[in-house]
Amino acid sequence: MKFTWFHLMPWPHMPDDFRQKHRSVWVDLPSRMYEPERGHGIYHEYLDQLEFAEQVGFDGIGVNEHHANAYGLMPSPNIMAATLTRRTSKVALVVLGNSIALYNPPLRVAEEFAMLDVLSGGRLVAGFPVGTSMDTNYAYGTIPALTREKYAEAHDLIRKAWAADEPFAFNGRYTKLRYVNCWPKPIQRPAPPIFIPGGGSVETYDFCIDNTYSYSYLSYSGYLRAKLLMEGYWQRVAERKVDESPYRAGFAQVICVADTDAEAERLYGPHVNYFYNRCLHIYPGFADAPGYRTVKTIQTGALSQFTQAAARNYPNMTWKDLTEGRYVIAGSPETVRQQMEEMIKTLRVGNVFCLLHLGNMPDDKVRHSTRLFAEKVMPHLRNLWPDWNNHDDRFWVHPMSERLAFKAAAE
Amino acid sequence: MKARFLTLGPTKSRIEIVEAGKGRDLLFLHGAGGHMRDDPLIATLSTKYRVVAPLLPGYGRSTGEDGLRDMLDVTLHALDVLAALDLKKPIVVGHSMGGMIAAEMAAVAPSEVAKLCLLAPAGLWLDEHPVADIFSKLPYELPELLFHDGELGRRLLASGGNMDDPEFLKQFLVMNARRLGMAGKILFPIPDRGLVQRLYRITARTLIVWGAADALIPPVYGHAFKKAISGSKLVKVAKAGHAVGHEKPAAVLAAIRDFF
Repeated sequence: MKFTWFHLMPWPHMPDDFRQKHRSVWVDLPSRMYEPERGHGIYHEYLDQLEFAEQVGFDGIGVNEHHANAYGLMPSPNIMAATLTRRTSKVALVVLGNSIALYNPPLRVAEEFAMLDVLSGGRLVAGFPVGTSMDTNYAYGTIPALTREKYAEAHDLIRKAWAADEPFAFNGRYTKLRYVNCWPKPIQRPAPPIFIPGGGSVETYDFCIDNTYSYSYLSYSGYLRAKLLMEGYWQRVAERKVDESPYRAGFAQVICVADTDAEAERLYGPHVNYFYNRCLHIYPGFADAPGYRTVKTIQTGALSQFTQAAARNYPNMTWKDLTEGRYVIAGSPETVRQQMEEMIKTLRVGNVFCLLHLGNMPDDKVRHSTRLFAEKVMPHLRNLWPDWNNHDDRFWVHPMSERLAFKAAAE
Repeated sequence: MKARFLTLGPTKSRIEIVEAGKGRDLLFLHGAGGHMRDDPLIATLSTKYRVVAPLLPGYGRSTGEDGLRDMLDVTLHALDVLAALDLKKPIVVGHSMGGMIAAEMAAVAPSEVAKLCLLAPAGLWLDEHPVADIFSKLPYELPELLFHDGELGRRLLASGGNMDDPEFLKQFLVMNARRLGMAGKILFPIPDRGLVQRLYRITARTLIVWGAADALIPPVYGHAFKKAISGSKLVKVAKAGHAVGHEKPAAVLAAIRDFF
């Protein structure tokens, strides 16, 4: 198993009457709510937490990209990952990811990911999300019905740029470059391991299978509701007659660990509430711009997690509802271990993106929960895929063994 | 009203054509919402004209939307449809998005469009008067946005469904994905594809009609179109919203009969 400690970096100072005063945490929330001086400390606290996750033994630390929102304050995850290359040495840097259709030219992603891979000594996991509709369409203006075509072309350009050793011309519909020449190039050849966040479209299943990318389902509604979607993925894997390595898939899970189940509710209840009711408070009109999803995907009933969130009645869900419905895996180390094992086996996932910071959770609680998970839960989950030696080289990083000495030009 | 089909272009797109009435030819290009059931505007126009109303790919039973990506694609598609229909000096009437397309046709191919009627056309942008964002609206918000009389709008649009009902949500998203997905290629996120710099090319006799209570594209845009199209006439219709032709079809018919 590979455990990635994932940070969303939310704004933790949304007021109690946030839902009443604002229709959405995303797209049109006035930025006057953001206080830069407070933001300074918040960014550093969040980065410290990611670094702490390496110290206690997580395999990866994760960041991602969002725009115009208080849900996640990383318009540029690469800046965050860059700071982490300097302060960590072993952990994989999971950038999940860069919304490649939004970069102009998308070659920028090939360059910056290569920089991160070189800076980190080959520790980058590269994520290529389409991006949420709020980010991609409403905040960044990409035409919804053209988003996927633009994404596919950007992907093609990035992979070609990494593979080529000579300049070449790229005549795309959206990007035309006479000289594609990616300096630097990544350490991991031909490319870092690539994770694709998906939400249930068959096209994305095939895209992952065709390219040997790991399919990552980032949901906040827990593994009971994710089961159907992941079964669809594994069914497709079987149909395509490729191996069933669990590392072909990952899942994001909200996790809270305390000494006892009751203590977990007392410690984390308010922050879980903040997360579901403020961070996920999204105006339904922004959740899925018409044309963003293919008709085929909508017809399968796969709504985006944000559409689901908008349609779901989080304000009236209690701690009991959220934990018994397994939206949240919370409780004593033993409770969490049992439920994590059930989740991992049910969904057949080799990667788990652990959401241990939630909403407005203070640093001491984040570290308490993280440490308990790392020390009392994680070790018991390491050996769940013995048939796969608990590791799949195709879906994890290949760091350099040691740093090469720089010899001055005098030689 | 009856429907027939055209097959067009190298990709063999199938275009649904709704026809009604007798008289002089009138080509009608619908807005981003497509045709309404028993469309009141088409019905009223067809009392005096032979109305020929093609559906844009992505709407109704028309196909081929994947091949239309930008304004030029759509404009040339519409000119192809016009040519294939073999109409006799038609009045080209376009509502909202259809008005934007009609204006582009008249600007790109002035010899093909001699009579032009724009009903609250999209296509311009004034910073001081932003056009509302139709793409993020929920169904229950549309009647008030599109009609002066919200009650009438609700009846005509038959919307007002419940977004908390997953089945309704799915139907809504499928319909929107096709129609507004296509419309988004020329209207999202700002309905401006450079028409303002081409309007001077229009030589057609042009009538512009605006609902005085248009909450989507404010009537001030009517003046902007009038100013940019030489010799054009602007008619405002009282107690009408953006769906001016559906809310006040008789007034629109009268304005067209009066002008042409």
